[in-house]
Amino acid sequence: MRSRGLRALAVTAAALLVTAVAACGADDPEAPGASGTAGVDDGAQLTLWTRAATESVSKAYAEAYNKTHKNKVTVTSYPNEEYPAKLASAAGAKALPDLFGADVVFAAQYASQGLWTDLTERLAASGLKDKVSPGHLNAGTWDGKNYAVPHTVDMSVMLYNKDLYTKAGLDPEKGPTSLKEFAEHARKIDKLGGDVNGTYFGGNCGGCVEFTFWPSVWGAGGDVLDAKGENAKVDSKEMADVFGIYRALYDEGVAAPASKDEAGPTWLGALQSGKIGIAPGPSVWLGLIEEKGVKMGVAPISGPDGGDSTFIGGDAIGVGATSTKAAQAWDFLLWTMSEEAQVEVIAKNKGVPIRTDLASNKYSAADPRIVLINSLVAKGKTPYAKNFNASFNDPQSPWLQTVRGALFGDAAKSLTDGNTAITKSLQQG
Amino acid sequence: MSTLTPPRSGKARPLPAPEAARPPKRFRRSAARSRAALGALYATPTAVMVGLFFLVPLVLVGWMSLHKWPLLGAPTMNVPDNYTRIADNELVASAVWFTVKYTVLMTVGLFVVAFGLALLVQQRRRGVGFLRTAFLLPMAVGFASASLLFLGLLSDEIGPLSDLLRKLGVIDGYVSWTSGSSESALGSAMVLVLWRFAGFNMLILLTGLQAIPLEVYEAARIDGASRWQTFRRVTIPLMRPTIALVLTMMITGSLLAFDQFWILTRGGPDNSTTSLVMVIYREAFIRLDLGSAAAISVALLAVLVVFNVIQLGVLRRRS
Repeated sequence: MRSRGLRALAVTAAALLVTAVAACGADDPEAPGASGTAGVDDGAQLTLWTRAATESVSKAYAEAYNKTHKNKVTVTSYPNEEYPAKLASAAGAKALPDLFGADVVFAAQYASQGLWTDLTERLAASGLKDKVSPGHLNAGTWDGKNYAVPHTVDMSVMLYNKDLYTKAGLDPEKGPTSLKEFAEHARKIDKLGGDVNGTYFGGNCGGCVEFTFWPSVWGAGGDVLDAKGENAKVDSKEMADVFGIYRALYDEGVAAPASKDEAGPTWLGALQSGKIGIAPGPSVWLGLIEEKGVKMGVAPISGPDGGDSTFIGGDAIGVGATSTKAAQAWDFLLWTMSEEAQVEVIAKNKGVPIRTDLASNKYSAADPRIVLINSLVAKGKTPYAKNFNASFNDPQSPWLQTVRGALFGDAAKSLTDGNTAITKSLQQG
Repeated sequence: MSTLTPPRSGKARPLPAPEAARPPKRFRRSAARSRAALGALYATPTAVMVGLFFLVPLVLVGWMSLHKWPLLGAPTMNVPDNYTRIADNELVASAVWFTVKYTVLMTVGLFVVAFGLALLVQQRRRGVGFLRTAFLLPMAVGFASASLLFLGLLSDEIGPLSDLLRKLGVIDGYVSWTSGSSESALGSAMVLVLWRFAGFNMLILLTGLQAIPLEVYEAARIDGASRWQTFRRVTIPLMRPTIALVLTMMITGSLLAFDQFWILTRGGPDNSTTSLVMVIYREAFIRLDLGSAAAISVALLAVLVVFNVIQLGVLRRRS
């Protein structure tokens, strides 16, 4: 009796396993309309997933698109940290949404895993390939094929509090032109005393540091990664100099003490408090900080002795590989890249257009700060690496360990050891 | 004291019916068969659930650990790469060390507190009902919610704890409980787990305490045993099965720790509170290497099985 029961159990388990494996190995069914390169607007219901950080932009796109099209796009957003896991589980269950956006630095990984449908032919036929942000396009490219298109642009800039600048005797209309000057401004503001601090940074957040420190390295002529994203270059003199400046600010107490533990969630809140003189941060926060009644100025992030750059971040978006509505989803993507969407949805709301040919438009000229932000697109970079998340953004990444060492521990050793560890992580299969 | 032996309770077996009263063999067999079928029928729903949600995933994880398993597309066999790579993963080594350290500290701490609480509310006295409820109440909060609650309470930005301690003069200036230092990060997680689970373990231990017959205590008292002797020689030996059960649950729970570190410390500062399950999560959902994640899971499972076999062995022998 017992052995028969066991045999039956084994057979059932084996059968289930074979079914599961067969299902996993099966090729994806050809999506209807996948052969044409034009979009289809036939009243399809489309699902779009995005992370919380860029949710508002995706929702603005969807709202405007739904008003003028038969297709209807529904946006669902997930907390930033949980989003990669959510996508991975959905992919494993073959239940990806019709469209999903991703932090542009993670795009190469998703493209390499085949989570997005190949858009190469469609993009080539659209005539937009040369007009959209090249960094974003490159991020969504794997083996020469385009899997994702630009969705939102977010860049790192220096944000400074104009009122504190005036109080400290600095010119509120003139931000720093080099990282050393930034440090001087921060020191002057810190002298105001009370609960005012000169600067603030995310010292326990790999993503925050790469977004705000790397432009200074680029501005000084250095680099962080090779073009293929397989070798790290964090043990350079430029990187050491940049960390050195921030480290001194922390040691002197000019940077708020909470900078050491800032893992990201309270970063915006700290700048909104109006108690921080100047800090590098995302350009999209300009509006969010001013909402709290803090008057802000914008300056480019520069190298220790000058040379502006920026980290061109934001989201790339593609059609879910398991979607059966690829043509309809493409119709939405095509529209988001149109002049109408970029000017009337993005530029009108003080965003940076993903189209390089629309950088100056009827809305941008109204605010000189926006002109400055838009002009930085040409000077900025978007790093590319398949294992970007595991190497740089994840709390357990070797980059975060390197950052912590460089800012609060044995700096020289951390950068040398970190370079080896990050390179190893980048090259992992 | 040596005359005191644990009572043999729950061992009463029905006496076999006299041979003459039994029905003929044929009927007996069919009755037995139908009884067996009925038993199997009753067990089917549970068996299906266990099979579907435990055995099948278990076999699948074992199978995955032998493959390079992409999120989409066909897996390819790469045995034993996923297992040999565990040794190269530096994060695994530090996570194993941390998980073991945490398990030892947590098990001792939780056991002492839970047993202490159980002894405190063992006797029926005024207010004991209230205390029992109060100790158990944190169990009603989901663990993830409890972790978020602590994250808020301990936060220097929004929580009241730091302000309170500053007013009392205990601390000075800015303090980060959850990521300031590895000790304070581990300490915050341990306080959270104590608050959340001590009451539940107290309840199990209380059940064990109350199952000890009063006569045994009386006999001990008549023999002239002191309080400590009674505790050492009566309470502890009779509690052994309950203690073994509670320890098994504590050790298993600690080895599988995830939520508290994921939410409260995110494994930091400097990976000092990264547990083994967090490494599995990173392999699966950040590196998207399902095969590697499955291999670490299988290795962890093997350790857990060994622990449980030893502990359940002790449990059976003593009871």
